[in-house]
Amino acid sequence: MLFTKLLTVSTLALTVASSAMAENVLRWTSQGDALTLDPHSQNESPTIAMNGQIYESLITRDANLLLQPELATSWEAGADGWTFKLREGVKFHDGSDFTAEDVVFSFERAKHEASDYKEQAKNVAMVEVIDDYTVKLKTDGPNPILPNQLTSIYIMDKDWSEANNVTSPQDFKAKEETFAVRNTNGTGPFSVVSRAPDELTVLAANPDWWGSDLFPGNLDRIEYRPITNAATRVAALLSGEVDFVLDPPLQDVKRIESTEGLNVQTVAQIRSIFFGMDQGSDKLRSSDAEGNPFKDVRVREAFNLAIDKVAIQRVVMEGFSFPTGMITPPGVLGNTPENDTSYGFDVAKAKALLGEAGYPNGFTVQLDCPNNRYNNDEKICQAAVAMLAKIGVTVNLDAIPKAQHFPKIQKRETDFYMLGWGVPTLDSHYVFSYLLDSEGSWNATGYANPRVDEISRAITSEIDIDKRTAMIDEAWNLIKDDKPYVPIHHQVLAWGSTKNVDIPIAADDALRPRFVVMK
Amino acid sequence: MFFFIFRRLAQSILVMAIVSAVSFSLFNFVGDPVNNMVGQDATREQRIEIRQQLGLDDPILSQYARFLGNTLQGDFGMSYRIKRPVDQLILERLPATLELVFVSAVIALVVGIGLGVYTGIRRHSWISRSILSVSLVGVSLPTFIIGIALIYIFAVHLRWLPSSGRSGTVDFGWWKTSLLTVDGWRAIILPAITLSLFQLTLILRLVRAEMLEVMQTDYIKFARARGLAERAINFRHALRNTLVPVITIIGLNIGGLIAFSVITETVFQWPGTGLMFIQAVDFVDVPIMAAYLVFVALLFVLINLIVDILYFVVDPRIRLGE
Repeated sequence: MLFTKLLTVSTLALTVASSAMAENVLRWTSQGDALTLDPHSQNESPTIAMNGQIYESLITRDANLLLQPELATSWEAGADGWTFKLREGVKFHDGSDFTAEDVVFSFERAKHEASDYKEQAKNVAMVEVIDDYTVKLKTDGPNPILPNQLTSIYIMDKDWSEANNVTSPQDFKAKEETFAVRNTNGTGPFSVVSRAPDELTVLAANPDWWGSDLFPGNLDRIEYRPITNAATRVAALLSGEVDFVLDPPLQDVKRIESTEGLNVQTVAQIRSIFFGMDQGSDKLRSSDAEGNPFKDVRVREAFNLAIDKVAIQRVVMEGFSFPTGMITPPGVLGNTPENDTSYGFDVAKAKALLGEAGYPNGFTVQLDCPNNRYNNDEKICQAAVAMLAKIGVTVNLDAIPKAQHFPKIQKRETDFYMLGWGVPTLDSHYVFSYLLDSEGSWNATGYANPRVDEISRAITSEIDIDKRTAMIDEAWNLIKDDKPYVPIHHQVLAWGSTKNVDIPIAADDALRPRFVVMK
Repeated sequence: MFFFIFRRLAQSILVMAIVSAVSFSLFNFVGDPVNNMVGQDATREQRIEIRQQLGLDDPILSQYARFLGNTLQGDFGMSYRIKRPVDQLILERLPATLELVFVSAVIALVVGIGLGVYTGIRRHSWISRSILSVSLVGVSLPTFIIGIALIYIFAVHLRWLPSSGRSGTVDFGWWKTSLLTVDGWRAIILPAITLSLFQLTLILRLVRAEMLEVMQTDYIKFARARGLAERAINFRHALRNTLVPVITIIGLNIGGLIAFSVITETVFQWPGTGLMFIQAVDFVDVPIMAAYLVFVALLFVLINLIVDILYFVVDPRIRLGE
C-alpha cells in the first residue's frame, strides 16, 4: 500500500520533471542589459533587442535584414506618404485589440520631446486614419526609404498607456520612474514574466501571438542574464549554464569552436571602422606642420596607402574583419564591390605622395582613439601609429574611453580620429547625412563637396529607384577620389551557442527568437 | 566621552564634505554622459539641450552646490542610465553586497585565524610551509585573475558551482537574501572566497607572527612550567593575546572588503552596489557615482568612528591623554 503510494508520487514527480524538461528554454547572455522596457526611451542596441521581443513595429527585418511585414501586412508609396494595411485580429498582451488608433498614438509618442526616436519618427509628419486597419503615414514630400526608417519604432497600446499615465516617455528631469520602465503591454511573441535589471529577465511565449504558426521558432521561455565581464560570459557558455552568447570576445572564438557541443557562427557586421582626417580647419591643433597637411588630397591618399589593412586583419583582428576601401559595408544600399576594394598598401608610393605634397620629412599629428568601443580599437590605432611612422609621420596616440572620445568628434575638436559607423536603415543616406554631408553631425573631417551635399539631400525625396541608386553611386565615386576618410575594415560578428539550438545569425547583431529552434 | 564623540562626528562631517567635493570634481574628467543617453542620430541641438536640462554646462561649483543641497534633503536624483531613483537602486543592491562582504569576512576570520594558529605552533611542518607559500598567491595575484581561475576550475571543469550571478533569493520585506537556500549558497561561495582571499592571507600572516612572538614570552614559559596542557596554553593564553591587533585590522578592512567587492562583483556578475558602480562609470552615470562614493565614504567614516570609540573604551591611556 505504502509502496504503491510512493510509486504514484514518484511517477507524478517524474511527469512533472519531464514536462518541465520538454519546455524549450533559451538561456542566453550578452554584455549589457536593456536600460528600460519603455520602447521609445532609449535608442540603444540591447534595449531595442529586448523590447523587440515584447513589442512590434509595423515593418521588421528578418535575419537576412530584408524588410518583412509585422503589424502591417502591406504598404505602398504615394506622393505625400505611405499607406499601410494593418494586420487584423492582433491583440496586446492584456487582451485589448490592436487598431489604427494605436499606430497614431505610438507615432505621437515616438515624436515626443523626451523620446529617443524622434529623429527617426520625424520622417512621419502625421498619421492619418483611413479605417480601423488602414493608416497613411504622411511625409513632407516623397520619402523613398520610409519603410527602412520604421523598423525600430514600436507600437504601444493607447488605452493602456493612458490608463497608466505613460503617454510620453520619461524625460531627463523627471523625479520618479514611469510605469512603462518596468511594465509592458506589447503585441510581440513574448511577454515579461519577471525582470531584475542586470540579473535575470524571464520572458514567456505569448500563446495568442499572430505569428505562432508562421515562424519556425519553438521557444517557450527565454531567460536572459547579462554578464558584464567577457571571460565570465564565455565561462557560462563553456560550463553549460547558458545556451547562447551574443558577444564572445574574438580571442575566445577558437576556444569555443574547439569545445565539444559548442558552435560559433560569424558574419560581416553592418559596422565599418575608419579614421577621419580634419581637412576643413586651416591649422591642425596637434601638428608641427604649417597649415593643415590634410587639406592636400595627396596626403590623405598617402595615409590610405601607408596603412596595411590586411596586416591589421591578420595580426590584430585574428582574421575577424573585412578590409575595405569604403566606410559602409555590404548589405547597405550603395556598397559596391569596386568601391569596397581597399586602396591597397604601398609605402613607397605613400612616401612619394607626401614628398610631392611638400612633406618629405613627414609631420606630427595626434590620433584620437576610443579604447572601449570597437573590437580591438586601441590595438588597431597602435598598429596604425607604427605603419604611419614608416612614411615619416609621427603619430601621438591618445586612446581614451568612449565617453570622452565621442564628444571630441561631435565638437569637431580632433585632427585625426577613429570612428565606427553602423547603418540601421541599410541605406547610404544614413552615412551621407551624418558622416559626409558638410553639415553632418558626426562629420568632424570638415569634408565639404558641394555635389556630395547635393546628392545627400536629393536622395531623401527621389522616388525613382534607379535614378536614386545612380546618384548614390556617383557620390561614392566622388568620395573614393576625395578620400576624406581612411577606411580600415568592416567588423565581423561572432555568436557562440550550443549545438542543440539553431539561431540564425544576423548582421545587425540582434537575436530574433521567432526563428530560434531548440532541438 | 560625549565631547570626544562630538569632536569625532564633526571631523567625520568634514571628511564627508571633502570626499564628496573631490569625487564630484573628478566626474568632469570621466566624460560626457549625454553621448550615452541619446542615440547616434540625435542632432547637435538635441545634445546641447539635454546638457542644459541636466545643468552639465554650469560651473562645477554650482553643480556641486546643487548636488549637496539635494543630498542634504535626501534627494540623490535619478540615474541617467536606468532612469530610476538612485536611493532606491542602492537600497535594492545593498543586500547583495553586504551578504557577500559578510560571508567573505567570516571565511577570512575563521580560516585565517585557524591556519594562523596552526602555522604559528607547527611552524616547521611541511603543511605549514605549503600553507604559507600558497597564501602568497592570495596577496600577489589580482582579484579578477583569482576569480576567473576559480570559475574555470569549479564551474567550467568540475561543474560543481555556478559561474556567476546570484540565485535562490528569498524576500524579507525589501531585503533580498540568498543565505537561506542551497542555490543561494552555491552561488555565493566562489565570489566570497575570491573576495576573502586577500584578507584571509593578511589575517593568517598576522596571527602567525603574533603567535610566534607570544610563544616566546615569559607568561607562556611560565604556563608551560606550571604543566598546563598544550591546548590550554595555545588557545587560552597565546591566541587571546594575539587577537587585539587582529580585531583592529579587521575593523579597518571591512571597508576594504566593500571597496574590493567592485572587482569581485564585476567578475561574478554579482548584482550588488559595486557592479552598479562599474556600470555607472562606463556610462558616466553621475548621480549613481556620486551617491555611491558618498555612501562608501560614510561607511568608512562610521567604521572609523566605531573603532575610535572602542579604543576609547578599551584603552585608558587615551582617556588620560585628554
